[in-house]
Amino acid sequence: MELGELSLFAGRFFREAFKRPFELRELLRQCYQMGNRSLVLVGVTGFIIGLVLTLQTRPTLMEFGAVSWMPDMVGISIVRELGPVITALVCAGRIASGIGAELGSMRVTEQIDAMEVSGTNPFKYLVVTRILASTLMLPLLVVFSDAIALYGSALVEYFKGDVSFQLYFNKVFDALEYGDLVPATIKSFFFGFAIGLVGCFKGYYSKKGTAGVGFAANTAVVFTSMLLFIIDFITVFISDIFYEL
Amino acid sequence: MKEETAIGNEVTRKIDSRQVMIRIRDLRKSFGDNNVLNGFNMELYEGENLVVMGKSGSGKSVMIKCLVGLMKADSGSVEVMGKDIASLDREQLDVLRSEIGFLFQGSALYDSMTVRENLEFPMRRHKHKLGNVGDPTPLVLEALENVGLAHTMDLMPEELSGGMKRRVALARTLILKPKIILYDEPTSGLDPITAKEIIQLMRSIQQKYGTSSLIITHDVDCARVISERMILLVDGVNYAEGPYSELVEATDPKVEAFFKK
Repeated sequence: MELGELSLFAGRFFREAFKRPFELRELLRQCYQMGNRSLVLVGVTGFIIGLVLTLQTRPTLMEFGAVSWMPDMVGISIVRELGPVITALVCAGRIASGIGAELGSMRVTEQIDAMEVSGTNPFKYLVVTRILASTLMLPLLVVFSDAIALYGSALVEYFKGDVSFQLYFNKVFDALEYGDLVPATIKSFFFGFAIGLVGCFKGYYSKKGTAGVGFAANTAVVFTSMLLFIIDFITVFISDIFYEL
Repeated sequence: MKEETAIGNEVTRKIDSRQVMIRIRDLRKSFGDNNVLNGFNMELYEGENLVVMGKSGSGKSVMIKCLVGLMKADSGSVEVMGKDIASLDREQLDVLRSEIGFLFQGSALYDSMTVRENLEFPMRRHKHKLGNVGDPTPLVLEALENVGLAHTMDLMPEELSGGMKRRVALARTLILKPKIILYDEPTSGLDPITAKEIIQLMRSIQQKYGTSSLIITHDVDCARVISERMILLVDGVNYAEGPYSELVEATDPKVEAFFKK
């Protein structure tokens, strides 16, 4: 039932997104809110993931005498999977819940109705801009998070394995192929779209009352997180088919 | 029972000569099994102050939302300035809405915007109506001066008291110089003194701009001071109609219940 409603909501987004007026100012404001204001959170998370992944993998790789493969292993796992998924999950917590709560509260306090009677299409102004902003910003946040995670990993290798930063990053870039980067980037756009879509859907149709606002924020995170894993599975499955071809 | 009286008819005759701004015919709306409006009828005339009074949940807010197209009625017709709301497309509806100011119950100020931005917001889509103004500041200032809050231009809504928010919201409804203003419970949640200030403000705005006002309320004092004519809404229909002075003297128990202290 809810998936059907979400699909209709997505359909309305595509219909409205290409109609004038384009609300560029609000789109830029949302890009700033979602992008710039998520940098610290995404950066810290990425840095710790890179650090922990390297620290925990090191003993096992040493055991097999394969510690020189560390940059390849960390680079591929971060760029292909960990970077996009963890950044998306962090953003689901920050962005989807934020949108859900904001739009939910605007619904409850009749701000959306006020917008409608003032002649502004609230769906275009609030929903289209937010979905576009999260779709555009998430891939950038993923790139940023990947870079910080690799830096964290390089730092461990520098201190523990005496590997220079230059050598570490050379090995990472040697190991990466277009086949690692392209699916991860496409996946990130879908993640961003899902975060914006579910956050807006939950907030826009939030039921009356403050409890409804909390419920909208909460279910936005839960639903988005679940959807992210489904999207992840589908994109990995499809890219795997392409690999085999 | 519908109460029709001589005084009521006299008032109706007086205003009948004016242009009808809003005409509602047999409006019906239900939510599941709950029939909220069961054939509501109403006319608002040019320059008139009409109060629709009813208990909480009697369908007042639903009616006012059907009037501006925020809700779709199940049946019946709503004409605003001669145009049937149901037959208008989005663009036509937006143009018509620029002639209607709507004061929401909880003020509904955009809390992520300053007072100035709140007032400028309705102007984004209706610049043509204001003659393509380059700098909106003088208009914003004029609207805020009308409600005595020119000094709050750069404040955020969270920095304002409940009464100030209501006045800023009133300024926002005035910015497009509407011909009709709809007030949804304009005094609810305010202390008696602030409520009186808001009522005075509504009167002065009506006198200054000659707007037609539809006021939805359950506040008897507000109705007494501001109404030219009143409609009592009971069980989704107009139960009684007439001026305050007449309705307050009525002996019908349902009408009496509205005015009991």
